[in-house]
Amino acid sequence: MSEPIAITVDGETVTGLAGQTVAGVLLAAGRLSWRRTRSGAPRGVFCGIGACFDCLLTVNGVADVRACRRRAADGDEIRTQSREEGA
Amino acid sequence: MTHVVIVGAGPAGLAAAEHALAAGADVTVLDQADVPGGQYHRGASHRFEALLSRCTWWPESTVWALEGKRVHVLRGPADGTNRRRHTLEPDALVLATGAHDRVLPFPGWQLPGVFTAGAAQALAKGERVAVGQRVLVAGAGPFLLPVAASLLDIGAGVRAVLEANPVRTVLSGWSWRAAAHVGKLNELVHYAGKLARHRVPYLLGRAVVEARGDDRVREAVTARVRADWSVVPGTERTYRVDALCVGHGFAGQPELAVAAGCVLDGGFVRVGLDQRTSVPGVFAAGEITGIGGAVAAAAEGAIAGWAAAGRTPGRALLERRDHARAFARRLAAAHPIGAAWPGWLREDTVVCRCEETTYGDLKSAAADPATPGPHALKLGTRAGLGPCQGRMCGAAVAELCGGAERHHRPIAQPIRLGELAEPKENP
Repeated sequence: MSEPIAITVDGETVTGLAGQTVAGVLLAAGRLSWRRTRSGAPRGVFCGIGACFDCLLTVNGVADVRACRRRAADGDEIRTQSREEGA
Repeated sequence: MTHVVIVGAGPAGLAAAEHALAAGADVTVLDQADVPGGQYHRGASHRFEALLSRCTWWPESTVWALEGKRVHVLRGPADGTNRRRHTLEPDALVLATGAHDRVLPFPGWQLPGVFTAGAAQALAKGERVAVGQRVLVAGAGPFLLPVAASLLDIGAGVRAVLEANPVRTVLSGWSWRAAAHVGKLNELVHYAGKLARHRVPYLLGRAVVEARGDDRVREAVTARVRADWSVVPGTERTYRVDALCVGHGFAGQPELAVAAGCVLDGGFVRVGLDQRTSVPGVFAAGEITGIGGAVAAAAEGAIAGWAAAGRTPGRALLERRDHARAFARRLAAAHPIGAAWPGWLREDTVVCRCEETTYGDLKSAAADPATPGPHALKLGTRAGLGPCQGRMCGAAVAELCGGAERHHRPIAQPIRLGELAEPKENP
């Protein structure tokens, strides 16, 4: 887990290390939340192992991917999402 | 040759694989992750290469449904599209699907920066990411200690570790002799030493009762609690934090066992002496049969694997499991959940994180004679109907509303409609 990778989050480039999950890359880059609930409240990682579904985001156009379960790949295009968008 | 399929490559599943192989079975091991080890052996997947080279090893494999022993699997990146679809028809099935943290709700627990203890551990051990620099670790149970140690190992600052149970409850369950017997004493001494060297206080009888912040957690309010976890008024203390890690024990992940039709007892899969469930040919091992930690899980897995391959487990295997289980029962008694925890809640406290159902919503629905039973309660408040399907809130909602927790989730793991509609099987 040492090779640098770069992904984009809502168009902005974020760097991480090969082997990290999307959640790991985002947290290491100082981002704590990337989803909004129906009420508009921000959410990010909670359980970290795929049980809570709080960390959902859009990866390469596919919505509702658990950031803590998906290994980040160089060039991934990530979009934050809201409950309405993902529905 | 007997074909044994094992779902889950954590301590229980890997021990099952080893023993099923030793008993002469043809073994397939599936796991959702792309590396073996589960949550416990995170970062140590290389240790299992030799074992898995003798099995059919399917990483990145999501079991989304069971029909008896028929296993429906999607293979490919988590929550992706176009995962490959497979069906397996084994002679015996071992379910070793593990557990996730249980977290009781409290005001503000939905704020970003509040993590489960397990999340902090996974990020620290698996990804070398610290969830914060001023971290408070709180809840109940011995797991809080390795979590704090992992945070310290990657350079995070830990403000304190708070165990809600008072010292006499904790000591009533811990037995040095039992701990030494299952090899837990060294671990405990190691963690205690690490906390001491970093001057991290371990406080008992103190709980986090509120997280505060606007867009993220900034403060954690703690309070002294009595043995039943009722708050002692006037003992509140506020910590400035950038992360809060909370765990009140664990909940098993029995979805697949429920799908297979296995009988549960109090949320855990009921097993016989050789880890056999109520469904012929289906075995269960590890945290889904009761929370016991990695040693007990591995001991159960060994028996399950041996029995699934058609052999009768010997006395040594059974004794190893019984010792580990006995220690686990003592630990559970040392770190119970206090019945007065709902005293932390306010009307507007979110209980169901997905649907943002509040304690007030639940109370009024539970008091309404028009919504008797858990089904009407869920439909009326939407508690448990969001993406996690009650995994996070189920136990709390059941307790607050006086019902039994329902573990039935029609789809055990999410599957995209396109994948469901795709009839093509892969060989």
